[in-house]
Amino acid sequence: MQTKPSDWKISLQFGAIGGAVSILLSLVGMVVAFDQRYIIANGLTFGQITLFAPVVLTSYLAIKKIGSPLKGRTISWGAAAGAIGGTLLAILVALGNLINLRAMFINATPELYNIITLGVPLPMGLIVPIVSCTILGVAMAGLYLLSPRWRSTILQASAWVFLFGLLRDLIMTVLARWGAFSSIISWMFALNGMTILGAFLLFAFVGFFAYRNYGRKSNDSWVNKLPPRQQKAVRWGTIFAIVIVALLLPRILGIFFSEILDNVGIYILMGLGLNIVVGFAGLLDLGYVAFYAIGAYSIAVLTSPEIGFAHLTFWQALPIALIMAVLAGVILGLPVLRLRGDYLAIVTLGFGEIIRLLALSDWLRPFLGGTQGIQQIAQPQIGNFVFNTQESLYYLILLFIAIAGFVAWRLKDSHVGRSWMALREDEDVAQAMGINTVLTKLLAFGTGAFFSGLAGTLFAAKLGSSYPSSFNFFVSINVLSLIIVGGMGSIPGVFVGALVLIGAPEVLREFSDFRFLFYGAVLVTMMLFRPEGLWPEARRKLELHDEAPPETEPQTAVITPGV
Amino acid sequence: MLRTWRQRVTLTDLFVWSIGIFIGIMLIVGFYRAFFVPPYNAKYSYYTWADLIVKGLALGGVYALIAMGYTLVYGILRMINFAHSEVFMSGPFTAVFLANWLAKAGYYEKYPFLCLILVALLSMAVSMTIAILLERIAYRPLRTAPRLVPLITAIGASFFLIYTFRGLYGSGMFAYPSIPALDGSWTLFGVFELYKTQVVVIAFAVIMMMILFYIVQKTKIGKAMRAVSEDKEAAALMGIDVDRIIVFTFALGGISAGAAGVLYALQFPIVNAFMGFVPGLKAFTAAVLGGIGSVPGAFLGAMILGVLESLGPNLFLDPLNIPNPAQLKDGIAFLILVFILIFRPSGILGERGTQTKV
Repeated sequence: MQTKPSDWKISLQFGAIGGAVSILLSLVGMVVAFDQRYIIANGLTFGQITLFAPVVLTSYLAIKKIGSPLKGRTISWGAAAGAIGGTLLAILVALGNLINLRAMFINATPELYNIITLGVPLPMGLIVPIVSCTILGVAMAGLYLLSPRWRSTILQASAWVFLFGLLRDLIMTVLARWGAFSSIISWMFALNGMTILGAFLLFAFVGFFAYRNYGRKSNDSWVNKLPPRQQKAVRWGTIFAIVIVALLLPRILGIFFSEILDNVGIYILMGLGLNIVVGFAGLLDLGYVAFYAIGAYSIAVLTSPEIGFAHLTFWQALPIALIMAVLAGVILGLPVLRLRGDYLAIVTLGFGEIIRLLALSDWLRPFLGGTQGIQQIAQPQIGNFVFNTQESLYYLILLFIAIAGFVAWRLKDSHVGRSWMALREDEDVAQAMGINTVLTKLLAFGTGAFFSGLAGTLFAAKLGSSYPSSFNFFVSINVLSLIIVGGMGSIPGVFVGALVLIGAPEVLREFSDFRFLFYGAVLVTMMLFRPEGLWPEARRKLELHDEAPPETEPQTAVITPGV
Repeated sequence: MLRTWRQRVTLTDLFVWSIGIFIGIMLIVGFYRAFFVPPYNAKYSYYTWADLIVKGLALGGVYALIAMGYTLVYGILRMINFAHSEVFMSGPFTAVFLANWLAKAGYYEKYPFLCLILVALLSMAVSMTIAILLERIAYRPLRTAPRLVPLITAIGASFFLIYTFRGLYGSGMFAYPSIPALDGSWTLFGVFELYKTQVVVIAFAVIMMMILFYIVQKTKIGKAMRAVSEDKEAAALMGIDVDRIIVFTFALGGISAGAAGVLYALQFPIVNAFMGFVPGLKAFTAAVLGGIGSVPGAFLGAMILGVLESLGPNLFLDPLNIPNPAQLKDGIAFLILVFILIFRPSGILGERGTQTKV
């Protein structure tokens, strides 16, 4: 083993990493973009939090890694780590004022420097980031020295204040629809962010409960103590409550959010499908968008008068579109069956790109519309009722999600589902156990393609048109990210992942520019620190933690507890 | 004998082979019509074909250098470094600022080759740094994880890098300045026109490939690389610092990707954050085509792919009456990728054992 690095080295290293990440976030443009959103009215902005968070986090991690029991030392190491990070930021400001960084880095604006120096003019302004980061480092040392109970209380309360401030617009829009209730809570919010009083009271309120409930058992164990019949009742009650909320959601949230919900719903549908392919069967499919495109284009070709191929209604065309998608899944599935792991991923990626190129080409223009796509796609209609508003489509999507979710849930523990999981664990052993690997893999591909095709038809119906540009590689990455964030193989995970990754960037508009940057970072950090996802499937969790060899454990152990 | 043969051939094989044969027939028909059937055979002169081949070779040179990164990393870690296309993008996308500055200051006209070398050096340095950081931050902690985990990390890293660079330099298009000394063409044997840029690209790529081949085959560190690729534990027991060798491998891949980036920019001067994806995928195809893990294989595969891609639309698609066949040029590369992986995953020069590893 190597010798343990000395304390000052750790503190220096972590501080420097934090400063570097802060600089990166600044130059990428996040800090300035997020500065418009106030967490606390006219005080703390989201941009400032983004700027200082890496330094704060790394100084805390440094202190934690050093783990010195001495108060004075801990505080000084925290201050040192913060100071290093702050110094790097100060250097950025100084450099930016000496030479024109903007010629290269588009976001190195005076606005950014203004945020870093907190508005103090220059010669003095250079000291500001150093001092503020040092103070933050000391504060982190203080947090570390507190008892775990107080630490958890403060963290929870701050997290709630942050969340409320961040989601102010969402909360206010929702409340505006409920006039009577709005006065109860609206005093907490100013025109931008929370009022200081509101933030303080929320902090105290959450803090009080967090402090009181610290160390108590969570709800689950409370349910588990009940006799079986009541347990069942509680479970059904929860499901019932979720269904009611899901049904009322567009009413509660209004039209703008209904559209977001539709998008989230379509991604949930795709996620459920990809979850079967990647999560259950362990076949990494990077060309998943192909089936989505096939679903959308089939509906378009069959219903649009522009192509003049057939004039079916949505419901007549739907089964054909789904059959097309499944067929494509099987056709792709057959040849790639014998490939494993990463090669499979690349082949499916190639397949997805080929489908997109074909949709774009002039060759198939008479059938698929080329770059101009296909317009005037028929909307779903029952009797005289046309699903043409976002709200009505929401219910249609919800219905399909319910069906897909049910199918996925039943498949998971069925014979087929267990075969998929066996295949995921070890293909050779699965085959030796008598599983027909060809059929099983084809079933996974076919089912996944089915759900994806379904999502595609709904997408086409929602937009009323279908363009090749909607079906690029990024869609596959979106879906992959959401099932990985939620937890591969976990059905509730798909919902969590879609809400976090598709819903959140739509609600926080300024965030959507950095969506893929964030997805990329999320994929990497999830794989490094929490490969089982936010809502892990029990078996998967065991598997991933069982396989981790002892030699890598010290590395991960350092960081995970803090997160 | 017959029975065993029949038992071995499954429905899947038949299906796959029938698709393969269908595409093969299409290619032969296209080829035949391009050369022997009247309206098509007069469409392009032999000079056009020669031109296209040289263009393809220049493209192949770029792919070969990118493919080196895939092939070296795969050889050692048995993982597809999906983010390598962004290692390739980062170099030229950063060096464009230096190139424009040099052009503005007038150095491009005075010392074109010195400038080109400076730009290439910066591009290589940036790509190398990104490759090393990538290994250190994203891949090293996952070296023993299940196989899909590093691949997903690589995909994440790839997106992170694309959008980081887009955020850093902006979403606009940046153009490399043209080098006056490389405009125009040389005439060979009085009839044969060779574009100067293409000749420079091919020469540069061949020299780079030879240097890389020399490093891997003849130097001590190359020997260590080959040892690590054979057996990590045994290499470590022999006193080889495996971590250092892996970092060196990534650095080598990064350097060649950075060089490839500048050569790519000589042919297609517009750079942006998304420029890496398609060449990256094609270079991967080239690496697989030649046999992943093999350096000469990567070169051979890249040249074949470059020429096929350059000739393909005119040679196979145009005679089949497909309008605007150049649109499908990327499709040719992806189709080759899909088929080579299905029929012969070990590639042209690949080791026999690869089949089982795949």
